[in-house]
Amino acid sequence: MSEETKHNNQPENTEETNKFPKAHLQKRTVYSPDGEKIEVDPLQDYYLQDRPERRDPRYRAVEKFLNWARSESLWILGFGTGCGSIELPPLTTPRFDAFRFGIAMRPTPRQSNLFIISGYLSIKTLKRAIRSYEQMPDPKYVVALGSCTINGGMYFDSYNTINRLDKYMPVDVYIAGCMPRPEALIAGFNKLKQKIKEGRAEGANEYVQRFDEYKANQKQIIKDWNMPDYNW
Amino acid sequence: MENIAAKLLWTFLGLLIVLNWGMLKTSLIRKIVARVGGRYGIRWYQPWINLIKLYGTRGQLSHGVMFYLGPVFRIAGGIGLFLFMPLIFGDPRWSNFAFAGDLILLLYFKFFGMLGMALGAGEGGHPYSAIGVSRGLSQYTAVEIPFTLGIIALAVQYDTLSLTEMVAAQQGGIANWTIVTNPIASAALLFSMLGIFMHAPFDLVKAPNEIPIGPPTEYHASYLGVLRTNAAILHITEAILFMNLLFGGANNWIELIIKTFLIYFITVFIGVVFPRFRIEQSVRFFFGVPLILGLLAIILIM
Amino acid sequence: MKEILERINQQFNCIGHEFQPENLSWVQVDKKQLVPLLSYLKHTEKFTHFVLLTAVDWIENNEFQLNYLLTNHTLHQDIAIRVMISRDEAEMETAHHLWQQIATYQREIYEMYGIDFPSSPRVHESFLLEGWDGIPPMRREFDTKKYSEETFFPRPRPEGKDPQTHMKQKLYPNEE
Repeated sequence: MSEETKHNNQPENTEETNKFPKAHLQKRTVYSPDGEKIEVDPLQDYYLQDRPERRDPRYRAVEKFLNWARSESLWILGFGTGCGSIELPPLTTPRFDAFRFGIAMRPTPRQSNLFIISGYLSIKTLKRAIRSYEQMPDPKYVVALGSCTINGGMYFDSYNTINRLDKYMPVDVYIAGCMPRPEALIAGFNKLKQKIKEGRAEGANEYVQRFDEYKANQKQIIKDWNMPDYNW
Repeated sequence: MENIAAKLLWTFLGLLIVLNWGMLKTSLIRKIVARVGGRYGIRWYQPWINLIKLYGTRGQLSHGVMFYLGPVFRIAGGIGLFLFMPLIFGDPRWSNFAFAGDLILLLYFKFFGMLGMALGAGEGGHPYSAIGVSRGLSQYTAVEIPFTLGIIALAVQYDTLSLTEMVAAQQGGIANWTIVTNPIASAALLFSMLGIFMHAPFDLVKAPNEIPIGPPTEYHASYLGVLRTNAAILHITEAILFMNLLFGGANNWIELIIKTFLIYFITVFIGVVFPRFRIEQSVRFFFGVPLILGLLAIILIM
Repeated sequence: MKEILERINQQFNCIGHEFQPENLSWVQVDKKQLVPLLSYLKHTEKFTHFVLLTAVDWIENNEFQLNYLLTNHTLHQDIAIRVMISRDEAEMETAHHLWQQIATYQREIYEMYGIDFPSSPRVHESFLLEGWDGIPPMRREFDTKKYSEETFFPRPRPEGKDPQTHMKQKLYPNEE
């Protein structure tokens, strides 16, 4: 019985309790051309169904060297979540030139290690942002841009936007402003680099440690949960 | 060379030099392009930092055996191409394992890497990787046509299939280089060089905007590190191939470095002027003028 | 423009009309005559460009108001048609057979106000809000600030740091 519950990572909103069922995401039985019966569950990840685990650094000297390398080559995920993402293209223009700091924009979460949450997050975007954040490989860092991530900002009384970002994912650096100028962004990146070099930026491990708390908060907000519990 | 261990050691040393020169060339080219655009550009030691970061990623997941073997095939193709390429003419230490008839083997090894990458990318679990793979392979097939025709023309002209003998026939001044003695075959080979390097305007397969529907979507951490290492080795080795075929080979390392840098710069010059071609446009392009030039080269040689 | 309005007055039963700056005029009609009026304006009077469809919530009079805005590009004139619907049975006839993009506006209005447009394509699918199970949020009886404070976790203001007094002391320290 304990084996089943250990690997049984079904979402809590099963078809009976999910108020927003989608026809193409239900469990169904499919018959192959040979007549074999196959059970298909679209929400289950067939490669990895376990919970994530902590990955702590092992040797201090090696980790110091690797942290220096990680801080000097920050690859940003090209996912503009809110109106702050308009401050990212000016960084690549000749006036501010972020490429000389080693910053590059990558299109997939698999190849990036920095996620910039730029501005407000509506419930729809929060679902996709969580999915992208969980698909990034360790170690990963989150920078929260703008005052909407701190206390709700301009949209503090809206029915559709969240007020505090660090209830849903761990944040390393906040950059205040509405919107912060590119100089403020570069100052924020410098602060993040310092934090990484000191070894204090272990956001992925913190996410794993407080996994249940984050998941409960996320599922309380996102009522239309149609993804696995952890998106590998 | 009698001693196989010593030969392996010299080959390994050559591989290290080519790898580091490849990474340095990447950052130099990007820095030059950035300076032309008014920016400072990336630091010259940035590719090494990227590689250290990629190899030092903690969490990494695999989608099965074929996914793991994709980059392995690719780097096998790259290192295999390097193993049979004579680097410096007249010096048996740096001639790797070149032998008579190695030109055909080189053609095989170049395509081997792309095939392995195709198999691995299809296993990535990403539904659109297959589209990117089919696009990349079709462009590569179109590029190989003027390449093969040009090589056959050169083989007939020099009456040999060995790269070392081709380089030997080009010694003695610029007037003996293939560019001057056989301009039509050289033109066909230069056209195919643009496609082989996969720099702009033929870089649809590898461009960052196109990655979400391309082969390297799911490759991260060590896999991406292996792919980038291979890119560094492969570009220099292909430039050395064209140097041996068209520009008279190299007699020492300084000449090799300068010539490969300038050969790669031809593609960069063309790349900054033209926008990116779509796959059907590039296939149509390679079936046009380069094919005619290649056929003309063979007809004139006969 | 006045001739067009006179012609409309003859054919349909207009309740009122007014002019705003010279190229915008308003016409108010009854609910049943809206679609014939739109069809007449599109085909005969050449108001072929449909601009927008919005709704207003008059909770005091217990009714909804729908505004349709059309444009005539040859005369450079805009005309806005106003319809009042009762708030308890909020239903309206669909006009997507005239312009197909009205279907999107009708989806948004159904989601935000609760006004139903039966036989409009895909009007009951969730459009802007995913997983919304309360009352349509743009209705004026919905208190959005209260909802936001209850559902999302607001950050409490730190003690003794009121921005107004702080900036006043910083910028004008000599005033009282």
